[in-house]
Parts: sequence; C-alpha cells; structure tokens
Amino acid sequence: MTRNLHLAVALEGTGWHPASWREPAARPTEIFTPGYWLDLVRAAEAGGVDFVTIEDSFGLQSSRFGAADDRVDQLRGRLDALLIASYVAPRISRIGLVPTVTTTHTEPFHVATALQTLDHVSEGRAGWQPRISASPDDAASVGRRTVPALDLEAYRRGEGQAIVHELFDEAGEVVDAVRRVWDSWEDDAIVRDVDSGRFLDGEKVHYTEFEGRYVRIKGASITPRSPQGQPPVIALAHATVPFEFAAAHADAVCITPHTPEQLREILAEVHDAEARLRPTSLPPLLVYADLVVLLEDNAEDAAAALERLDDQAGDTLASDALVVASTPAALVERLREGQRLGLDGFRLRPARLPADLDTITRSVVPALEQAGLRAPAPDGVAPGTAPRTLRDTLGLERPANLFTHQPALRDSEVSA
Amino acid sequence: MTTPSSLDARRQVHLAAHFPGVNNTTLWSDPRSESQIAFSSFRHFAQNAERGFFDYLFLAEGLRVREHKGRIYEADVAGRPNTLAILAAVAAVTEHIGLVGTLSATFNEPYELARQLATADHLSGGRIGWNIVTTSDAFHGANFRRGAFLDRDQRYVRAAEFLEVADRFWSSWAPDAVVADKASGRFLADGGVGEVEHHGLHFDVTGRATLPGGPQGRPLIVQAGDSAAGRDFAAEHADVIFSLHSEFADAQRFYADVKGRLPGHGRDEDSLKVLPAIGFALGDSRAEAEEKAREIALAQTSGATAIAFLERVWGRDLTEYDPDGPLPPIDPDPAGAGITQGRANNAADPKATADAWRERAEAERLSIRELVIALTARHGLVGTPAQVAAEIDRFVQERASDGFVIVGHTNPYGLDEFVDTVVPELQERGVYRRSYDEGATLRDLIGAQGRSSVGSSAAVR
Ligand SMILES: Cc1cc2nc3c(=O)[nH]c(=O)nc-3n(C[C@H](O)[C@H](O)[C@H](O)COP(=O)(O)O)c2cc1C
Repeated sequence: MTRNLHLAVALEGTGWHPASWREPAARPTEIFTPGYWLDLVRAAEAGGVDFVTIEDSFGLQSSRFGAADDRVDQLRGRLDALLIASYVAPRISRIGLVPTVTTTHTEPFHVATALQTLDHVSEGRAGWQPRISASPDDAASVGRRTVPALDLEAYRRGEGQAIVHELFDEAGEVVDAVRRVWDSWEDDAIVRDVDSGRFLDGEKVHYTEFEGRYVRIKGASITPRSPQGQPPVIALAHATVPFEFAAAHADAVCITPHTPEQLREILAEVHDAEARLRPTSLPPLLVYADLVVLLEDNAEDAAAALERLDDQAGDTLASDALVVASTPAALVERLREGQRLGLDGFRLRPARLPADLDTITRSVVPALEQAGLRAPAPDGVAPGTAPRTLRDTLGLERPANLFTHQPALRDSEVSA
Repeated sequence: MTTPSSLDARRQVHLAAHFPGVNNTTLWSDPRSESQIAFSSFRHFAQNAERGFFDYLFLAEGLRVREHKGRIYEADVAGRPNTLAILAAVAAVTEHIGLVGTLSATFNEPYELARQLATADHLSGGRIGWNIVTTSDAFHGANFRRGAFLDRDQRYVRAAEFLEVADRFWSSWAPDAVVADKASGRFLADGGVGEVEHHGLHFDVTGRATLPGGPQGRPLIVQAGDSAAGRDFAAEHADVIFSLHSEFADAQRFYADVKGRLPGHGRDEDSLKVLPAIGFALGDSRAEAEEKAREIALAQTSGATAIAFLERVWGRDLTEYDPDGPLPPIDPDPAGAGITQGRANNAADPKATADAWRERAEAERLSIRELVIALTARHGLVGTPAQVAAEIDRFVQERASDGFVIVGHTNPYGLDEFVDTVVPELQERGVYRRSYDEGATLRDLIGAQGRSSVGSSAAVR
C-alpha cells in the first residue's frame, strides 16, 4: 500500500477568497464567536481531516504587502489563533490543531508554554505554524523595534533580502529555543515520592540555557513536558530563505507550486536544503503543497463561482498557492499526481467557508479513501490505549528529549 | 443585582476558587490528589466551583520554576499551564463562572496581551479577568528577551500605562464597526477601526487592534500587591484586590485602608471588592474541624518544608538542624538574601525576623516545625459548615472583606466539600446567589462598574 496521503485544511476567516464573506452560507458576523470555530473544526474532524491550521497574523489583515490598507470591502479582524485552538481542544477528540503563532514580536517563553498547554489540553494533538511579522506596522504596534518597510516589487528584484534573512534567522532561533523549553522537563520529572518528600526530581528539570543573537532563555519551562514532547512545527515557505528555515527547524513544510515543473524544482531545492541543514535531532522533513480550492459538482459551475467571487472582489484572486476551481474528482487526480511526484500530503485552503470545507469532507476525503490514497480515519480510541497524537497521525515518532544525555547544568550550590 | 441604596439589604458574599498552587499549601501527597497539569483537573475544579456559583476561578502564575539554595526546589508542587491557553480551554467546559488569570505587566506587551485577553473574553462570553502582577526581578527576567529591564520603583508606573494602552485597544473598534452587508459589499464602517497612538514613558505604540473588545470591553481587573504603591494602583484601577489579610482585625484594617483610598480616585466603596485568600477545614463539630485543620497543617509542613522555610530567612543551609527541635541559635547570613528564587516573601530584616521567631518559639515551647505551622497555616475558616458560613458572613457584614478567595489544598477535589456544605448555608443566610443570571459577564457577577473605562463610557459623553 502507498503511504497515507496527509490531508490538512487551513482555516482563515470566511475562506481564502476575499469576497467569500459575501457568500450566502458565509457567517461573517460570527468570526469573533467561539461557536463559529467549533463548528468548522468539528466539521473537519467528522470529515476525517488530519489537522487544521488556524491562520493568524500579528496585525490586522491587509491587501497590501507589509502595510495597512483602509479597505472596508474585505473581511477584517480575527481572534488569536492559539486561543481558538485551546478553546476547541477539549471539545474535539481526533483532529490535530495547528495555530499560527508569530515569532518576531512575541516572547518565545510564552509561545513555548502556550503550545505545551495546547498539547496537554488536546491530549497530544497540538502543532505550531510559526510565522514572521515583516511589516513596519506590526513593529509599531509593539514599539520596541522598527522593521523597515518592504516593497514587494523591490523585494522581488532582490532588495530587502537582508531584513527577511534576519527575521527568519530569528524565527529559527525562536523555534530552537522553544524546542529546548519543551524538553526542559524530562517525562518523569514529577516523582511524587512521599518518603523523600519530593514532588519533583530536580535533576530531571533542566536549564534551557539558550543564548542566541535574538533570544536568551535561562530557565526551565514552567510547564511539564507535554504528551507529544515536541508538537510538530509546520512552516509555510515560498523561497530559498524560508525553505532553509523549514529544513533546519520544522517537521513539515507547506510549499506553493503552480505546475508539476515547479513542484519538481521546489522539491529539489527543499531536499538540497535538507541535506545541508537538517539537524540529526529531526526526522526527514515532510513536504505538503498548499492549494486554494473552490469545488462544485461540475467544472463549469466551479469556474462560474470563482468568476462571480472575483467580480465581487473587483479583481481576480491573487494567491501564493495554486487556485483549483474544479470538481472533487479533478482535485483528487491532482492530489494523486502530487503524491506520485513526491509530496507527503496537501493542505487545502477552502476558498469559501463552510461550503468548500463541506465538499472536502463530503466528497474529497471519501474519494481519496476509495482511490486507496488514504486509509479511513480510525474511529475513537481503543480502550486501554493512549490517544492518537498528531505525531502518530503524521508518522512522526515521539522525539527523544534534547537534554536526556546531557548532565544537568546548574548554578553552583550555595554553601552552608 | 444588589441595590446599594437599600440599607437593610445584607451585603452579598463574593467567592473565588483558587486552583491549588505551587507552594506547600497544596497537598500533593494526599492519596486523592491528582495531576497538577492534566486538563481533567482543571475541568473538575472549574465545574465544581461553577456548581457552587462562585464568581470566578483564579489561577496564579510564576514565570520561572522556583529554586532554593541554587537548585530546583523539589518539595512543593511544581509545573503549571500557560495562563491564557488554559483559560481559553476552561471557557469551553464552563458556562457562567468567571475565569481570572494572573499575567505580568512586566514581561508582556500591551498590544499583544490586549489581543489575547480580548480573544479570551470573546471565547468565554465576557467571563475573563486579569490579575495584574508586576514582578520584575532578574531571576524571572532571565526567561525573557529584555531580561531585567525594569526598575522596581517603575513596576506600577509601567502597569498603569500598560492598562491605559490596553484600554485604548479594547475600545478602538467602534461598537458598530462590523457592518458585513453582503448585498452592498461593505464589511467595515468607515473609520470603524481606530488607530491607537500612544507615546509615553514605557510604551511607544501605534497600531490597530485585530479584533473588537470583548463583551466586557475591559476584562475584570484584579490586583494582588501589598505595598503602598500596589494599594494605590488597586484603588485607581482594579475591580478586585486579592490580599493575604485574612485574620479578622487585620482584614478590617486592610479593608479600611484600601477603601479609604477610593474617594481620592472618585470611586465609591463598592467599586473595589476586597477578597483575601483563605483555607478551610470542615467537620461535624468544631472539635472535629480543628483536628482536621491540625492534620492538614502537619501534612503541609514536612520537616524538609519547615527547614526550607527557615532557610529563606536565615539565608544559609540549615539541614543539620532537627525540624522537631529548637530553632537554630546561629544568626542569619546577611549575604544569603537570595537563597530562594521565584517567590515573593523574602524578609526585609532577616536578623529581626529570626530574633522574633526565636523569642516566640521559646515562649510557646515550639519546635521548628511547630513554629512554621503557627506562622503559615491559614485555616481561618475552621468549623462546621454552618459556622464557616457564619464566619464568612461576619467578615462581609462587618467590612473585613467582600468575600474570599477560597484556597483548596488538594487538587482537583479540594473544593467539592465546600460547595456541597458551605454554599447551601450561605444561600440559607440570604447572602449568596442561588443561580447565575443568564448571560451575566464577570463584571456583572462581581458587581463591577462599567464596560471599558474609556470605551463605552467615553462614547456616551
Ligand atoms: C495574595 C497575593 C497573590 C499574588 N499572586 C501572585 C502570582 O500569582 N504571581 C505573581 O507573579 N505575583 C503574585 N503576587 C505578587 C504581587 O502581585 C506583586 O507583583 C508583588 O507583590 C510586588 O508588588 P507589591 O510590592 O505591591 O507587593 C501576589 C501577591 C499577593 C499579595
């Protein structure tokens, strides 16, 4: 049997098309309510999706690259993704929850404990989509540093690369520091030994001792090691610098090829980065492709629906990822082809929520199972067995603790 | 709703449920004690408190694992979840109870924390509170990007400015900012999302919130510092003050002190609630409850715990002393002040403290362990359920407090008995709610004023 094709859905607002909020089934006034997100995640879970990513950005959405716009015709506003994931976690039982949490202006220590907590609350189904904040507006909202304005055209000509380099270097440090915080308690650090009066075995709680260019963390986590130890880190990447970031720090990368040739090129580049930069502590990088999907029962209807949305938006849909406006059957063929070319899975971005999510769960997942590309999702948890973690679902072993074979680092003891 | 004008109405009791914390009050060795980190513990603790119609669940926070004599401290419960993430998760398994988390104004930034608190307020339907703490020492700073960047005398200055900026973000979306008219294609009202611009001593911020303020606008504000600066901060900004003054006469003095600071800020007496932390021991008779309190105190104070307690004042290793013997005759080491890291209470004058303790131990013929029990055990509420309810009522009617933060000593079942037996007695006395009002926010439960202090009130003017 071929390997199970991994299938994720990326949840963003009312969908990834900027006019999606105007669809009859869209619920744009509910995006700040918990029920909206619970409904979406439950639908994805019931439909057998492996994990959802919950998209986020440090600042308000904008149609301009790296700067605010004043548009009033597109959906604006969002809840914090990590907290949405934490909220839905106790009320779902199988699906992985992968919020976006940014790295540029956040505190790595808080990021680490928040993701550990999500992993505890979800019993091992947390993941993390790290993302940088490259906009001067995001920086100004914190006010502790400045990020120079980046003009997309200039960037494409090769200008401003240094800034992006720096932000990804920092993101790499953040991920490394966070992984050390995650591992700072060994799994059996809590001993509850009544005879010796010790709740904790201090020898099994390690100083993080992370000293980077951007990040320094001295102490252990305040949160005990979580069920997965290290929740999977899943990064979106479009170019060399983020490919290298993913190869050096992530468990999975989402890429955005538009053609089979591009897919081959990107895979070659990613694998080259992996060969150069992958630390031995990480398993082989999983590679997924992102697709924006708009699905109807026949191709003409799908094309017409996209055209109608584009008309409403006043522009054709511009996306980093390929837009597939088609039928479930045609999408399944693309996924099969992608797997044949070497992808481990796909992350689908529904153009319209909940419509395209419903079609994914109702038609695409069953078709993938019928085609033998995915085994049906196991129902529930067998009695007496540990719940399936997101790492289990993705075929990632539970990682060895980064500190296990190192002696504990300690301040010198205070003498009597 | 209480009506302050009706003079004969009995003052109502407010209760908060303190999730068992990371110090020796929490009995991890009790056979009924369960995981300090598993979500099932939080679920049970919160749902039980909600069954007892508590105002809120309270979570403390410390941003570094405690150390003693240069090592990780092993004798107490350690390990907690991230405050915001666990509050969001508990919101999903409760409906009415408030959820108050302790979060630092020093090691967070207003834009981001305002966004997280507003998110949690949306997710919980307006049930979020923020206990603002200000610890700024190097021990905690070492876990953060800027290290120990803040002078101690600036901690409340920063906290006040932090709250001011957060308020601006919480009220920066107009109430009708989201139009979402599908037919016309207008999502936002013109000018619906305001830009916040603030240039102050501690913050230099220009930005737009990614979301409207939550149902409460400004979440409930709790303060827990005890210094004069801390009390002033509470009098100006807080809705609840969380104190350690739980002995009746001392509690009355503290109550009068902080309430006396309110008029200076144009606030009335009821706008700030005073809730001291308190433990409890219940029995079928007072004697039985007192026996139980003794057992709890003994279990909370192992020999090792008692020695470590003295070491915090002596600043030196005292493990050679017998916890069941007399206090050490040697004096504290003046250089040993930082022997314990990660907790608030270091004695200001170790020599004077040691002398006073030795004097007391000699006079009352107390061993080290007995002295520590006498100093630390806080079982203010000891008796039958009816007696405990009467005592709570007395504190509230006689203005020693507006209620209590009840500290359970086992996790997660530590408040079950209280809810089963004391809550009905309080209800019987007519001083405690018998149900939650549908859709009540935490501000409604506490009887706190306003939505946001700048948001809707400013808009009305
Ligand atoms: C009852 C009480 C509870 C407290 N809980 C916490 C806590 O959970 N986390 C924390 O960092 N500080 C906590 N503190 C410390 C204070 O909030 C405050 O930051 C510190 O005491 C310095 O302020 P002060 O000098 O006004 O007391 C607590 C203080 C009191 C009195």
